Amino acid sequence: MSARKTMTKADIVEAVYESLGGFSKKESAEIVEMVFETIKETLEQGEKIKISGFGNFVVRQKKERTGRNPQTGEEITIAPRRVLTFKPSQVLKNAING
Amino acid sequence: MTKSYLVETITQSMYGHTRKDVEDVVNTIFNTMSKALAEGHRIEIRGLGSFQIKERRARMGRNPKTGEEVAIPARKVPYFVVGKQLRARVNQDEDE
Repeated sequence: MSARKTMTKADIVEAVYESLGGFSKKESAEIVEMVFETIKETLEQGEKIKISGFGNFVVRQKKERTGRNPQTGEEITIAPRRVLTFKPSQVLKNAING
Repeated sequence: MTKSYLVETITQSMYGHTRKDVEDVVNTIFNTMSKALAEGHRIEIRGLGSFQIKERRARMGRNPKTGEEVAIPARKVPYFVVGKQLRARVNQDEDE
């Protein structure tokens, strides 16, 4: 990718197909799909995903808190919830600033 | 779940691919994504979320141990925004 653009799953499938050589386009797409699906299912169960050299996806439990509607000033209760955060690895951070 | 465990799980749930095959694909996926981010591209994975680069300005920081002031140079940081669908799945929203 030369010009600044958005990479999508199709670009990743293409990279897998071209750089590995051992898979058909269809197989490449199936395995890539399976990788992301397994990651999503794992996170859905509240478990974290650690990809060395890339980063960690962590599900965090947030407590109930009182917030405020910034437009009306009205107080509202924000229910306890689970959120997903991504912590990039030092390797990725270095690559981006390299 | 670590990368090797992820590879193991996927290998077991797919027919016809060795552990090595799956490992190569997983490595290629994340290497491709790292390279794209390093080149300044945005990444959007439907159903998962998007990754982009944010620029952080230079600022003065402080060494919390010694109290000494240190200059923190401008830098770029990768930033992930979780997709709507996954956000709902992680939070186990009822309408999902």
